[in-house]
Amino acid sequence: MSAHAELLPAPSTRRIDHGVFVVLSRLIAIIVLVVVLAVLSPQFLTWGNATNVLRQASLQFLMAAGLTIVVLTGGIDLAIGAILGLAACLSASLISHGHLAWGIVAALAAGLAAGSANGLLVTVGRIPSFIATYGMLWIAHGLGYVFMKGEVIYGLPAGFRFIGAGFVWGVPVPVLIALALFLILHVMLHGTVLGRAIYAIGGNPNAARLSGMPVRSRLVFVYALSGLLSGFAALVVIARVNAADSSIGEDLLLPAIATVCLGGTSLFGGVGGIAGTAIGALILALVINGMNLLGVQTFWQSGVMGAIILISVLADQVGGSRLMRKRS
Amino acid sequence: MAEATLHPQLVVRSATLDFIRNAPGAFYLLALMGVVLAIWTPGFFTVANLTNVALQVAVLSIVALGMTLVILTEGIDLSLGPVLGLCGVAATLMVVAGYPLISAVAVAIGIGVASGLLNGSLIAVAGMPPFIVTLGTFGIAQSIATVLTGGDSVVQLPAYYRWFNDGVFLAIPVPIWATATAFAVTWLLLYRTKFGRYVFAIGGNRQALKLAGTRVNLFHIGVYVYAGALTAIASFIMTARMNAAHPTIGVGLEFDAIAAVILGGTSFEKGHGGIAGTIVGALAVGVLRNGLNLLGVGTEWQVAIVGVVIISAVGLDSIRGLNA
Repeated sequence: MSAHAELLPAPSTRRIDHGVFVVLSRLIAIIVLVVVLAVLSPQFLTWGNATNVLRQASLQFLMAAGLTIVVLTGGIDLAIGAILGLAACLSASLISHGHLAWGIVAALAAGLAAGSANGLLVTVGRIPSFIATYGMLWIAHGLGYVFMKGEVIYGLPAGFRFIGAGFVWGVPVPVLIALALFLILHVMLHGTVLGRAIYAIGGNPNAARLSGMPVRSRLVFVYALSGLLSGFAALVVIARVNAADSSIGEDLLLPAIATVCLGGTSLFGGVGGIAGTAIGALILALVINGMNLLGVQTFWQSGVMGAIILISVLADQVGGSRLMRKRS
Repeated sequence: MAEATLHPQLVVRSATLDFIRNAPGAFYLLALMGVVLAIWTPGFFTVANLTNVALQVAVLSIVALGMTLVILTEGIDLSLGPVLGLCGVAATLMVVAGYPLISAVAVAIGIGVASGLLNGSLIAVAGMPPFIVTLGTFGIAQSIATVLTGGDSVVQLPAYYRWFNDGVFLAIPVPIWATATAFAVTWLLLYRTKFGRYVFAIGGNRQALKLAGTRVNLFHIGVYVYAGALTAIASFIMTARMNAAHPTIGVGLEFDAIAAVILGGTSFEKGHGGIAGTIVGALAVGVLRNGLNLLGVGTEWQVAIVGVVIISAVGLDSIRGLNA
């Protein structure tokens, strides 16, 4: 046995090292952020602000959860923000006219339909995922503009607003929703055959296909799930901000991608997970909270998101592989 | 298919048929739009409107030429739209503040080159996926442009600035000259230099080039730098045309440019395609937008329709690739 040990492939060492690097660097990032913000801003370490950060992190998590699973398969979904925007417009319009149930159905159905279309374009249409979902981004934006005609809807019923702005025993409802979603997705990814298939497809799609996995239907499922979760996130977002207009989803794509990258999920697929995204959401929420507390202009927000994306992906690429070289 | 392979004598070779089968989607879209517009809108085939289309297409063509090289290397540059906005804002702010035009041109091109350097090195040297890198620069460029103007427009440009769009040289408008020059330079680069052969080869098999001991990274970075520089040049035509600059003027331009490249027959796989098709593709996108305007279709529908067109074009392209 030991004579053949060196013949065995050693991908596991790379994955462990990558994991160690990701966990350590994120832990350091959180500690540095908390210490710096606590020193610079007296309001940071208050109960009210902690609740704010957690709620912000939960919203970030809701928006990035579906994307994480798409990225695990080695794809990308650039349409999430636009789908969220379209779903938000449709449901806000219905809910503000008193059709609460139909509003919820409309958001979920719009998300599911757009997501399934993405999945079919990627699998049956054989279109690279970043092109298919980029096209879908503009289709969903366009339909959102057509539907809203520049109007803004506000004033949603208090009962509905509970899911975005309410509290249960002092904990914001979005935090509880995010926790529940986290548990469901974590079990799906690590406790089911479906989850193994998602990692296998991301790791090596050809091997997954040759070993008899239904790659196409799994991929369609993943994109459909991402769309559905965007529709669901739309409900929480409009309940939180109590308004919707056609531009509501425009600035949500960069933060969602930054969350996934901060979470250490590899853009090449197969490595990472939903737990990383939860940590990424927390870091991003701390950054946004810090910018608000320190009075940084909102103009800088998208630039900061862009820089976070570049730095975290670059760090994982360089840091992870250097650890690998050291060990081997 | 099987029949033809077994009995090659059954295949009738015809140049016309081959062209019909292999022509990029842009030709069909142009032909279709031509017929539809000729029937529905008497205003389309007038000299005034056609000149208008040509001027509109100039900015798109120049940006799409750079995008073609990027896509030939199996990459993508989503940052070109915001980079155009940043170049436009920076140059107009300098001109309005009284700096000489030449320094504004230098700064704009410097910005285009710098963003190309950033994109190119992260993609070629660090090996990061192109769409994620250029999405990152997208955010950074947009932020800097918005901060520079405080979210407002730059207005009251000096009168001479309009020359970039309204100027006429030897009876031909300046934007057309710019497009023709950009096309000629890109053509020479792509088909007559080592750089061009590398562009096709990087898309075909980057690993082989690397193993052959060539300086692939340098050429790979060069592609993004060239796309950034062309975008900087296009920004002058854009701001002169609008007689103002706003941080968001470039939003969505990268999308039209990708559509033009793909409609023009350049493929995302294996370095297939070329720049002649891109010009036809840019015309097709321009005519589509102009035609939708003439037909009274609102901007919001246009956004969705161009999205459908881009997806269909790539889909048809990959389906045809299967049969070939």
